[in-house]
Amino acid sequence: MRYVDEFRQPELIAKAGEEIRRLADPLRHYRIMEVCGGHTHAIYRFGLKDLLPSNVELIHGPGCPVCVLPMGRIDDGLSVTANPDFIFAAFGDMMRVPGTHGSPLEYKARGMDVRIVYSPSDALKLARRNPEKHVMFFAIGFETTAPSTALTILRAELEGVRNFSVFCNHVTIIPAIRAILDSPDMRLDGFVGPGHVSTVIGCRPYEWIAKREHKPVVVSGFEPLDILQSIVMLLRQLRNGEAKVENQYKRVVPWDGNRAALRAMAEVFELRPYFEWRGLGFISQSALKIRPAYAQWDAEQRFTVPGVRVTDPKAAQCGEVLKGVLKPSQCKLFGRECTPETPIGALMVSSEGSCAAHYNYQHHKPVTIANAVAL
Amino acid sequence: MCLAIPGRIVALDSDARNQAVVEVVGVRRKVDLGLLQEESIRPGDWVLIHVGFAMSKISEADAADQIRTLALLGESEAAIEEVRGYGLEDEKHSNNERGAGP
Repeated sequence: MRYVDEFRQPELIAKAGEEIRRLADPLRHYRIMEVCGGHTHAIYRFGLKDLLPSNVELIHGPGCPVCVLPMGRIDDGLSVTANPDFIFAAFGDMMRVPGTHGSPLEYKARGMDVRIVYSPSDALKLARRNPEKHVMFFAIGFETTAPSTALTILRAELEGVRNFSVFCNHVTIIPAIRAILDSPDMRLDGFVGPGHVSTVIGCRPYEWIAKREHKPVVVSGFEPLDILQSIVMLLRQLRNGEAKVENQYKRVVPWDGNRAALRAMAEVFELRPYFEWRGLGFISQSALKIRPAYAQWDAEQRFTVPGVRVTDPKAAQCGEVLKGVLKPSQCKLFGRECTPETPIGALMVSSEGSCAAHYNYQHHKPVTIANAVAL
Repeated sequence: MCLAIPGRIVALDSDARNQAVVEVVGVRRKVDLGLLQEESIRPGDWVLIHVGFAMSKISEADAADQIRTLALLGESEAAIEEVRGYGLEDEKHSNNERGAGP
């Protein structure tokens, strides 16, 4: 609550809170999933849960690209650049994410040429500047970042930059939502749709959720008021027995998305038949790979990749937390073996993962050696 | 990576295709306009930037909202650091070729 007090429109926020309590049927329990990690972060940061009645529960979804990336992919990427003629370039978010033998940062300490870039186009610049080296950009992200990677590959082709490639881990949000809805232990009432992904894909791709699954979707902005208004819109639909896609974030998200971005993605990428997601397992057609026409810039087509598979420790209950069957704190490892400093499960890896957000914002009681040993 | 950072277009780059100089809370950097080909972008316009690429044109009021949101989320510094990192060749001395330090 203390975060909310700092916000500009406290009276509107209070009104939205009242409206939520008015719309929520006290005899019913609502389970609403916010798909995007940015929303998860905002919900914890602003203490929005405290504004909701106890029968309106927010389930934190799979929309943190760092969290859902299997450890084996990190191992694979780092194995390509093990050669001293290579540079491993990635966003800062990736640098502390552990692979089996350490994070990219730890590989750097052991002598690998590892660079943080803030844009895929900067990885391409690194390649231009270091013609004697090969720069591999380790690409992650949903549809928010995939178009930029696509455009960078198109630039590399245009400029004939040969010492550059992309190790592509881009994933798409819709199949993950489908996998969660298909899960037998799942029961959700509606979705707060991702804001920035929708800037690219628009709102149409969610229509099947409304039409076939009869669950409302409201694409939402990131301010406290945005998220609460989206919950109001969802509850209103549920009260009226409706299921449709609504756009709360109209000021940024066009209904049809960004066509130039979608074109760039379609030109460069095709769907992988399946891809593994940490916590969710293999999901068909849920990730992007580089088309054969651009094989020259695809690290996986150009170099030998071992195809490492690392299964998450059985004790980590990431899948159950992702699907909302368990709350983060109900996982056996939460806050004990698994912390943001020593993440074991996917959702503790990035600050936008639901477990890390939960850990960082729920006045965490320090764990004594005694109860850690008791496990 | 997932930050949406608002920036104001200061100048369109006449040499490089689809490049523009933007200003983000006092920091000037080049960003790519290649994903906004269907919009007409002029100096003074506000855009939302993801990983160095302008992704959508927004109003000045929405840009102000977004700047406030970043501040409330405690991500202003991360956003400024990210923006400073854009455009490797633009900075000849300090940030250039920086390693993987946090």
